[in-house]
Amino acid sequence: MGVISAIGNNVRENYGALVAGRTGISRITHIDTVHKNDIMVGEIPTDNAKLEEQLGLPRDSWSRTALLGAIAAQEAVHQAGISDINDARTGLISGTTVGGMDKSEQYFYDYFENDRAWHHINGLHAGDSTRKIASKLGLEESFATTISTACSSAANAIMLGARMIKSGQLDRVVVGGTDSLSKFTINGFKTLMILSDTYNTPFDDKRKGLNLGEAAAYLVLESPALVEKENRTVLGYIKGFGNANDAFHQTASSDNGDGAVLAMEKALKIAGLTPDKVDYINAHGTATPNNDLSEGRAMLRIFDKKVPEFSSTKAYTGHTLAVAGAIEAIYSVLALQNNVVYPNLNFKNPMQEFELLPQTELVRKELNVVLSNSFGFGGNCTTLLFSKEV
Amino acid sequence: MNKEYRIQRYGHIRQGRISLNGIPRFESNETDFSIFIKSAYKNFDTQYPKFFKMDSLSKLALIASDVLLENENEKNIALALSNRAASLDTDRRHQKTIQDIENPFASPAVFVYTLPNICLGEISIRHRLFSENSFFIFDRFNADSLFEYANSLLANQKSEKVICGWMEFDQGKYDAFLYVVAKNGIFAHSIEEINRLYLTP
Amino acid sequence: MTDLKEELKAKIIEQLNLEDVAIEEIADKDPLFGEGLGLDSIDALELIVMLDKDYGIKLADPKEGRAIFESVETMASYISEHRK
Repeated sequence: MGVISAIGNNVRENYGALVAGRTGISRITHIDTVHKNDIMVGEIPTDNAKLEEQLGLPRDSWSRTALLGAIAAQEAVHQAGISDINDARTGLISGTTVGGMDKSEQYFYDYFENDRAWHHINGLHAGDSTRKIASKLGLEESFATTISTACSSAANAIMLGARMIKSGQLDRVVVGGTDSLSKFTINGFKTLMILSDTYNTPFDDKRKGLNLGEAAAYLVLESPALVEKENRTVLGYIKGFGNANDAFHQTASSDNGDGAVLAMEKALKIAGLTPDKVDYINAHGTATPNNDLSEGRAMLRIFDKKVPEFSSTKAYTGHTLAVAGAIEAIYSVLALQNNVVYPNLNFKNPMQEFELLPQTELVRKELNVVLSNSFGFGGNCTTLLFSKEV
Repeated sequence: MNKEYRIQRYGHIRQGRISLNGIPRFESNETDFSIFIKSAYKNFDTQYPKFFKMDSLSKLALIASDVLLENENEKNIALALSNRAASLDTDRRHQKTIQDIENPFASPAVFVYTLPNICLGEISIRHRLFSENSFFIFDRFNADSLFEYANSLLANQKSEKVICGWMEFDQGKYDAFLYVVAKNGIFAHSIEEINRLYLTP
Repeated sequence: MTDLKEELKAKIIEQLNLEDVAIEEIADKDPLFGEGLGLDSIDALELIVMLDKDYGIKLADPKEGRAIFESVETMASYISEHRK
């Protein structure tokens, strides 16, 4: 597993912040936006120059999305103990929403007269960051796939990767996503009026909206045969997955979370588990009025009022868009490994619509199954189930 | 996984021509996409005012799926679409509005379409489909990936049918190709056949 | 006031891409959302942008829009009261 986010440059730092209850939300510093005083974001402190140095790249060569992706994917491959990535049939499936937007907007006024900026305009292609990450990992581009289903992109990348291994198309697959902050998304979400002007407060009655975040996160999935052959330490198992469309609205979730209910049902069915076997839910919990109400109702429908301990980690990282499914998959696996439920930061006021209280303190308890939700614009709802044992 | 699936039907929207199984359903000499697709909407008596609020990619997807699903009763249909440009055409429009120094007002109605999978949402809303869907970005039409994906969904009983295809719109150029994979059908479900159908509008 | 209402009707049709709706078909008191013109939440956000861009009125909370955008009449009176 590999991750870079507002709460840390690697898996170890991210876990440290999660258990310490340390948020990564701050004012924005890397982007000069007119909204800088009325939004807060989950920004990665490291600037592009440092990231490029770390990757041994020339200055100003890649978009931030690709840089972050390469850092996290390298950590994942390294941590998995892979010495030769081509020693088995290996794929890369990556989700992104902004692609190279951060660079193209920087050069927006230049690119008609300035040749130097042309390679950044090519970076607009959503598959560009995936190709660059593949090349950094030493993978052939033909094994790289880009998924673009908004905020469930990385969750769908994990689902597709798991299926491709199960069906024997691949032995190993690096799955996840990368998205950097950009004016493109800041201005867009601002105009949807779902950005909070302060720290986001998932599942709180007075929640004012989300904080955008940037991150990259990747997991290495391997077939049972390869795991046995290489004698690997398995961090966790993908026990179930489900995807459904809410068929309600371009950006809003349905009142009762129909798509979310279907996604959770499908995932539980594949896993062959009843809802009572779920020990912890890492909720999508973006802290928008719409999501938390819809998701809360969906959880009540699935768990029949006996909702297990749940929390959203968006108060730590912000909403990392395409990456959310992968970063929260990593947090879910870390929760399983360490038997810990992370606190839902900033929660004060229970919602009026139902009696659902997120976990607000760090809890240490035996965990066997963790459920993680990711819902995207376009009605795309995905649920992943992770387990400690096969 | 070895079970044979079939392609039931396929449709194209390309160069002013809308066809189903190679038979033209609507033709026009109009070269401007927005005028062309509006005349198609009128021709099919679509009656779906939301159509006019959509971006070009979603308009293309909506008309293409309408033609393909005209006589379809099955609702358990998964969607797997792909393209090269993602939502680039609308991305540019949004980018222009926020970089307009005189008048920096982003449009929410434009921004919501800056993701390619919004067109999957529009198809799902229109046809009441609650099934699995995914959107892939490929360099070119990639029959191999769609073939594997559809097989895997059907073999694992994720859905009764799968609509696969290519839904590309960028700078006025468009290319829509959709096909339905199911247990029965006229055409073989093979990579060769998918590529052949893609090339024969 | 009448001019403003007519102006708003034209703008609503144009900005919200209301195909096949003519200015004369929108009565001052017709509900804009739900039944009536059938506008949705994204349309409401577009109207909020319009208030800001064309009349210098900023809404902080989209919920404020509900009462303001009830009809062309309520919009016109809110605008004439608050415009800059």
